[in-house]
Amino acid sequence: MIQINQLSKKYKGTDFFSVSNLDLIIHEKEIFGLLGPNGAGKTTLISMLSSLLKPTSGSFSINGLTYHDNKNELKQLIGIVPQEYALYPSLTAYENLSYFGSMYGLKGEELKDKIHGHLKTLGLDQFAHKRIKAFSGGMKRRINLIASILHQPKVLFLDEPTVGVDVQSKNAIIAHLLALNETGTTIIYTSHHLNEAENFCTRVAIIDHGEIVCKGFPKELIAAQENAYNLEEVFLSQTGKALRDHA
Amino acid sequence: MHKLWASTYKEMLLLVRDIGGLAILFIMPLLLLIVITLVQDSTFKTITDTKLPILMVDYDKGTVSENINKNLAESNSFEIITKSSEEEAKELVLKGDYQLAIVIPENLSVDLDQKVNENVDGILAKFGLEEEEGSIPIVNSKMEPKEVKLYFDPATQQSFKSAVKNGIDRMISKIETQTIYRAFQEQLTEDASEVIFDTESFITFTEIVPGKNSENIIPNSSQHNVPAWTLFAIFFIILPLSINMVNEKNQGTFVRLRTHPVSYATVLGGKTLVYTSVCLIQFALMLLVGVFLFPVMGLPELDVSGRLPLLFVVALFAGLAAVGLGLLLGTVARTQEQSAPFGATLVVILAALGGVWVPVFVMPKFMQLLSNISPMNWGLNAFYDVFLRHSGFAEIIPEIALLFGFFVVTTLIAIGYNQRKNAV
Repeated sequence: MIQINQLSKKYKGTDFFSVSNLDLIIHEKEIFGLLGPNGAGKTTLISMLSSLLKPTSGSFSINGLTYHDNKNELKQLIGIVPQEYALYPSLTAYENLSYFGSMYGLKGEELKDKIHGHLKTLGLDQFAHKRIKAFSGGMKRRINLIASILHQPKVLFLDEPTVGVDVQSKNAIIAHLLALNETGTTIIYTSHHLNEAENFCTRVAIIDHGEIVCKGFPKELIAAQENAYNLEEVFLSQTGKALRDHA
Repeated sequence: MHKLWASTYKEMLLLVRDIGGLAILFIMPLLLLIVITLVQDSTFKTITDTKLPILMVDYDKGTVSENINKNLAESNSFEIITKSSEEEAKELVLKGDYQLAIVIPENLSVDLDQKVNENVDGILAKFGLEEEEGSIPIVNSKMEPKEVKLYFDPATQQSFKSAVKNGIDRMISKIETQTIYRAFQEQLTEDASEVIFDTESFITFTEIVPGKNSENIIPNSSQHNVPAWTLFAIFFIILPLSINMVNEKNQGTFVRLRTHPVSYATVLGGKTLVYTSVCLIQFALMLLVGVFLFPVMGLPELDVSGRLPLLFVVALFAGLAAVGLGLLLGTVARTQEQSAPFGATLVVILAALGGVWVPVFVMPKFMQLLSNISPMNWGLNAFYDVFLRHSGFAEIIPEIALLFGFFVVTTLIAIGYNQRKNAV
């Protein structure tokens, strides 16, 4: 279970909070969607939960552990699929996965079997020994995912894992994540694809200006919103139609 | 330990996959070493092998100018081109067509003879004056001192100017001395064939480099150049290393690693093992070039006999110091535009401070003090201890301890900086 209490983040040089006094509980084995327009604070929230950013105030725990007291134990428990590919272009898919798996303490046959198992499931086994720089965007996304789940994390953070990929790759990624969730992994996921989120997530929260504006089961949120037939309509009614460009 | 080996293997793969970068890493230092040694060796050889064309304007046309011409020709260092006008010679030197023009003034031989003869007469008369007081004055005329003019190309380096000035000064002193001897000879005997004075130099000098076991080996230019430029090349490892680290930040792999249960020290450990090995391979290649390729190219052979283990010890610690600096730079720099120019300039500054370009003992006092804090100075001293002073392990302990301390301090700063920057 992830318990977030009054969590805030204000970046240096800005006069607003990217995440502001956020309270949230995410239950075990949930697929929780964090939805929101650009600059709403989704990535900032995930970065804090995955130890990449220090909160300005507030606290959180994952399965009762905090980074302050149990840093390495907690890092072993989580996986993060970053928005960028975060792979070594000159190394092969197998070498990349072998390295990142080793950093989670995996080795020998166990590591080898896990790499080949995931590659096979995601249709990349025949490309195991090809260099990443030759891969398409969709292939890189799938390798990016495998690198984060080799150690079977209890909690997986995904920051827009299907952005810029073809439909086939997207389906393969979603199917793999559902299978992972079946084995007990809690998934926290951000996306701009609201149809995808509606079908994939068990629960969602819509964030805007660093605050949760509504949260619940997708179907309940749609039903509660007048004249809304899908999550996108709920989203627009909660966050407005104004463009959210920021730099 | 498994994570350290995995990091090391990954670093090795990254290096091996960049064939162009790898070639540069190994070939450029060798090229640097060969070019510098060839240039420096040819500088030493100019005295014997290469003739430098110089201009000579002889207004004297006497024995002195004849002697100067003869001595310059015999030195085998200069090709003398005679010009009739000082103005023309001056112009050619100013244009940079020639490095030097020598102008010998009119009547130099006649006036020198007259001056010397007067002095000799005076001295002899002084002896005679003890019997016949007041009959002969000691000095007859007040002759203006003569001036041999040397015109140098403004671009000529000071060290070359000093060497030429000293050489000509010595030559003129010798001619003066010989003229004095000749004047005495003419006064004291009427038989020109009779030898009264031995005019050869009485005092000579011998170059002795003290060595152990009474050996007296004069180090050649390779013994001097290889340690200095090898060290320079070893320190250039900070460039590819810091660029590798900046690349990891840009690719996002470093951010991913921060979410893994692995310490920054382990990540740096992998880099340290690989890049220190690169330094040692660079060093081995440079030794091979010095021992086998230099003689083929007509350069003096590098003598490493009996010193290999100690040389590799020094190279190892120098490599560690360089890697520590690279780790720190790679940790602090955010872009390649920051790390590459800063790294390259820093290496050149450290080399200058360390005595790679100019010996430390000729630097101003303040720079000598600064030189003590350059790791290249510690490395160079350790290399010279082994290469030229034939020191043992005990003698190089202070220098390698400083190099190792430098590695530890820079790495700890890098770890501390990263911890502070990425604290959660």
